[in-house]
Amino acid sequence: MNWVALKMLTGDRAKYLGIIMGLTFASLLITQQLAIFIGLMSRTYGAITDLAQPDVWVMDPKVQFIDDIKPLQDTVLYRVRGIEGVEWAVPLYKGLLKARLDNGNFQTCNVLGLDDATLIGGPPEMVVGKLADLRRADAVIVDENGANGKLAHIDSDLEGNPKPGAVAVPLKVGDALELNDHRAIVVGICRSSRTFQSQPIVYTTYSRATLFAPKERKLLSFVLVKTDRAVDPTCVAQRIEQTTHLAAYTRENFKKKTFMYFMKYTGIPINFGIAVVLGFIVGTAIAGQTFHSFTLENLKHFGALKAMGAGNWMLLRMILLQSLLVGIIGYGLGVGAATLFGYFTQKSELAFLLPWQLLIFTAGAVVMICVLSALVSIRKVMALEPAIVFKS
Amino acid sequence: MSIETENNLAVDCRGVTKTYDTGGTKVTALRGIDLTVKHGELMMLVGPSGCGKTTLISVVAGILDRDGGECTVFGRDFQKMRPGERTRFRGENIGFVFQAFNLLPTLTAAENVAVPMLINGSSRVEALDRAGEALSRVGLGDRLHSLPKQLSGGQQQRVAIARALVHSPRLIVCDEPTSALDHETGHRVMELMREVAVGPDRALVIVTHDSRIFEFADRIAKMDDGRIVEVTEKVRDFVEN
Repeated sequence: MNWVALKMLTGDRAKYLGIIMGLTFASLLITQQLAIFIGLMSRTYGAITDLAQPDVWVMDPKVQFIDDIKPLQDTVLYRVRGIEGVEWAVPLYKGLLKARLDNGNFQTCNVLGLDDATLIGGPPEMVVGKLADLRRADAVIVDENGANGKLAHIDSDLEGNPKPGAVAVPLKVGDALELNDHRAIVVGICRSSRTFQSQPIVYTTYSRATLFAPKERKLLSFVLVKTDRAVDPTCVAQRIEQTTHLAAYTRENFKKKTFMYFMKYTGIPINFGIAVVLGFIVGTAIAGQTFHSFTLENLKHFGALKAMGAGNWMLLRMILLQSLLVGIIGYGLGVGAATLFGYFTQKSELAFLLPWQLLIFTAGAVVMICVLSALVSIRKVMALEPAIVFKS
Repeated sequence: MSIETENNLAVDCRGVTKTYDTGGTKVTALRGIDLTVKHGELMMLVGPSGCGKTTLISVVAGILDRDGGECTVFGRDFQKMRPGERTRFRGENIGFVFQAFNLLPTLTAAENVAVPMLINGSSRVEALDRAGEALSRVGLGDRLHSLPKQLSGGQQQRVAIARALVHSPRLIVCDEPTSALDHETGHRVMELMREVAVGPDRALVIVTHDSRIFEFADRIAKMDDGRIVEVTEKVRDFVEN
């Protein structure tokens, strides 16, 4: 009876397409919104992801997330280096500094100051130049997105507005920048994760970064620690906390802490959650309503099938099969469209990350919509008296 | 030897009652019906609208429960069967022809006819083969792939008859099979029913208002207000009266 069920469904083109449209819409909206949400949230800890070498991050206990800088005394670095299980420890400066653009505008940049001796904490991939070039005078390395975007040269009028038809010329090696009234020379272009606020990322040495930064008594943002291979980083982190009374997190725990901060204190999850729930509800409503109307129209035929000897289980299987078919097609189209969306926007500012777990989540949501839609129909058909066939 | 063969009865109803509860109002549809249908017999149920004809064939076909009395079909009482067994017994032994044909609009004629075979567990190929044969018997061998909307009313009713016959059921119940057809087509359909649906091991029960087809019956039971008020054995007398 499977093909009878499928022909019943596909024969009614308008309803068939209506149900698929509802499921496609739900699947697309759930996948696309969650992919943007995941992409956006992954940017919140992008800097931690890019700094792959250290196992433990040491910071002020009041720090809530990566950009919440509470500077430490420089002496902390030496105390950490002396703790058992620490293979090496290096300083990291992280701060927001203003770059003056040649059109007179200012652009806030995320400045990372790397240990002068080792340059640990540098970008994951160099596009032009090499990391060692940071040792040259006034040297900075700028990330590709920043160089091509917010730091690019663009012909502007006296008020700093781009002239009509002006084309942005990307920042390149040899160009000069003015960082907090200090001259900086671009010696390399790198590729690194976009930041949550999409600010350009500027890498330099620790000592130069502290020169660029406004004068403060304490300027050390983090101490990055590599642990001995034989020791569990979590144990070392605990040991650092006990000894220094500072906070020390493994990379994964610091990512989690940053992620949870944004989850808890920003409206982002709620906003995306609403879009996802709306997608689910609208998808269920369209698919459920159309499926219900399809069942109502076919009630007499289901009654005839019942009279001719089709049991409730057989009809249940037929309805579930119909539901499964539209579910698979709707899911495929929705996820496909979301993937295309991601593909075509990958070079834009839009955050879009589609992990395989999200595909499973969307599949689960579509299955739920199908089950809910089918349930309405199943209830009708189960309760149907076959004697309905003799009622004119 | 089974009971059904012993007394030669396909249907044996005694004192059947049925009352509907429609929103607090009780409507008695059957008030103690006694009805027998023999093997090889074409029995017609006639009477005014609302007299209980459709309720009676629904009880006989096992798609509606009676409230009282006894009713057996080929010696088996539907109400004493478990739900699954009842559905299976109905699928194997009873064929239906509906007033509005009830053909699935998205299936071809052959696929519609194949449905009872599929319900009874036949493979698709076997069911379509048998459906082709059944459609040939009713003169529609050349319309296997036509959709119901491409067929005339008479042709659709012939498809419905083929569907009722395809799995060789022993009892066929028909509800107003000619009411949607013109006189000539109705006559041809009845000739066809007599020819293909009545046999020594089969019985046919037809509910009708259409006096033009009474001549095809072996016996006619006249119903009024939930009772059988007259059974005419000699149909010619009934037609003339």
